[in-house]
Amino acid sequence: MRYGDRTAVDDLSFEVEAHTITAVLGPNGAGKTTTLETCEGYRRAQSGTVRVLGLDPVRERRDLLPRIGVMLQSGGAWSGARADEMLRHFARLHAHPLDTGLLMDRLALHECGRTPYRRLSGGQQQRLGLALALVGRPELVFVDEPTAGLDPQIRRAVWELLEELRGDGVTVVLTTHYLEEAERLADKVHILDHGKLVASGSPLELTRGGTVATIRLVVTQPFPPGSPEALATALGAGTELTVLDPLSLQVSGPADGSTLGKVAAWCTDHDVLPESLSLGQRNLEDVFLELTGREDFA
Amino acid sequence: MSAPTSTPTGGTFTPAPGAAPVLRQLVTQAGMEARLMLRNGEQLLLAVVIPVIVLVAAVRGADRVGVNLDGRPIDVLTPGVLAVAVMSTAFTSLAIATGFERRYGVLKRLGTAPLSRATLLGGKVIALLLVEILQFLVIGGVGFALGWSGPDGLGGYLALILAAVLGTAAFASLGMLLAGSLRAEATLAAANLVYLLLLAGGAVVLPADAYGGLGDVVRWLPSGALGEAARAACDASVAVRDLLVLVGWAVIGSALTARTFQWE
Repeated sequence: MRYGDRTAVDDLSFEVEAHTITAVLGPNGAGKTTTLETCEGYRRAQSGTVRVLGLDPVRERRDLLPRIGVMLQSGGAWSGARADEMLRHFARLHAHPLDTGLLMDRLALHECGRTPYRRLSGGQQQRLGLALALVGRPELVFVDEPTAGLDPQIRRAVWELLEELRGDGVTVVLTTHYLEEAERLADKVHILDHGKLVASGSPLELTRGGTVATIRLVVTQPFPPGSPEALATALGAGTELTVLDPLSLQVSGPADGSTLGKVAAWCTDHDVLPESLSLGQRNLEDVFLELTGREDFA
Repeated sequence: MSAPTSTPTGGTFTPAPGAAPVLRQLVTQAGMEARLMLRNGEQLLLAVVIPVIVLVAAVRGADRVGVNLDGRPIDVLTPGVLAVAVMSTAFTSLAIATGFERRYGVLKRLGTAPLSRATLLGGKVIALLLVEILQFLVIGGVGFALGWSGPDGLGGYLALILAAVLGTAAFASLGMLLAGSLRAEATLAAANLVYLLLLAGGAVVLPADAYGGLGDVVRWLPSGALGEAARAACDASVAVRDLLVLVGWAVIGSALTARTFQWE
C-alpha cells in the first residue's frame, strides 16, 4: 500500500507498509489532518498522486470505503442517537462487522451504551469514534488523535487495542500529539511541520543520537554567577554547554566517562546541589523539538 | 524495526471488509432516520400535534364562522391538513435534521461508511414516507372521527398517495436545498418561517379559490399545488396541472441541491 501526496500539504511523500502502525506527528497546523483527509478521499490533492490500497481515494472512493476505517477527530453522530445504537447502525452497513458487544467491552463503552450521543463525555465520544472506525473490520484504519483527552488507564487500553489490530493484520495510520504514544506504538514515525515532512523513520532510527551523549542537570538553587562559564572551560573544546534556564543546563559531548566526571567535580567545586542528573539518549521529544523548534505540539 | 511482516492469523480483528447489501443498508438507514425523527419531541409536535390542532380548529372555526367552502368543511379541510403534514415532514423536519447532520459531522462520518449517497438519500426518503404514513393514520383517524367522508374509492386513495409522493419529492428537494446551503441555525429558522408562511398563505389548508384573485398565483407554490392535488384526489380526480407543478418544483429543487449541497 502506498501513497505520496502534494497538496495544501506541500511535497509530502511517504509510504505505509501493510500490517504496521504508522504515526504522523506534528505541531498544530502542520498538516496532519489534511494529510489524513486526503488519504480518506475527503480532499482532492491538487497535484501529485495518492494511492491507498492501490486505489485513488477520490475517484475510486466507492471501492476504497469498505476497506478502510476512519476515526474522525470529533463529532459525527446524531445528537439523539444512543452510543450502542450508533455502533449497531454502522455495523449493519458492513458485510462482516465485528461483534458490537465485544467492541463496547474493549473500549469500556458498556456503561454509556444507552446514553444519547450529546450526553457522552468527550472521552466516551472519542472511544465511540474509534469503535465506529473498527466495526466494519477494515484492512486499514486512519485514526486522528485516538487518545486525546483520555485518562491514562483507558489510553493504555486503546494502545493495546491498536497493537492487537496490527497483530491481526490491520494497518494503522494515526496522528498524535503524544510523543510517548508514537514512541511506544509506531513502527514508523513521520514528523510533519508546516506541511512538509521533516523526518521519517522508526522511533529507534530517529532517536539514535550517534556518538554524542547528552547530560541534563537540574539544580535546586540558581547557578552561582560565573559557574556555567567555569564548567564550559573545564569541559573544553568539543563539548557544548547550553544553559536552559536558571535551574538547568545541558551538556552535549563525547560519549565517555570524562564528561560526567567533569560535571560532577564542577558540582562539588561550586557547591551546586543537583536535583536531577540525567544521561542519555535522546527521546522522540528531543528529536521533535530539534526538528520543529516548537514546544506547542499540544 | 519496521515491517513485522508476520502473516496475520485469525484474530478478533482480522480484516474482513465489505459493504452490506444495498437493501440492508437502505432499511438500516431508513429505520435509524425514522426513529430519530419520531424520538425528537419538537419534530413530533410539528409532524402530528400541530396538524391535528389545525384540523380541529379549522373545522370548528369554519362551522362557527360559516366560511363558504365548496363542500362540507371537514371534507375540504382534511386533505389540506394531510398536505400540511407532508409539508412539515418533507420540508421542515427534513431540512432541520439534515442541517444539524451537517453541523455535527454526521454526513461526514456516514461518508466514511460504505454507504453511497444514493442509498443515504433513499434512506431519508423512506424514513419520510414512514413518518408520513403514521401522520396520515393519525390525522385521517381524527378526520374520520370528525365526520370526514374520506377519499372517494380506491382511485381516490391512489390519487392521494400520488399527490403525497410528489409533494414529498418537491418539498424534500427544497428542504435539502435549504439545509445544504445555510448554517444549521439559519436552516432551523428559515424552515420554520417558510412553513408558517405557507401554512398561513400558501393555499394548503384552504383551497386556492378562497384566496380570490391570488388563488391562481398560490397554486404555483408547492404548498398550493399539493393542497389542490390532495383535495382533488379525495374527490377521485387527478389534478394534472397541480401534480406537474409539484414535479417542476422537485426538478428545480433537486437540480439546485445537487449543484449547491455542501456535505460539511
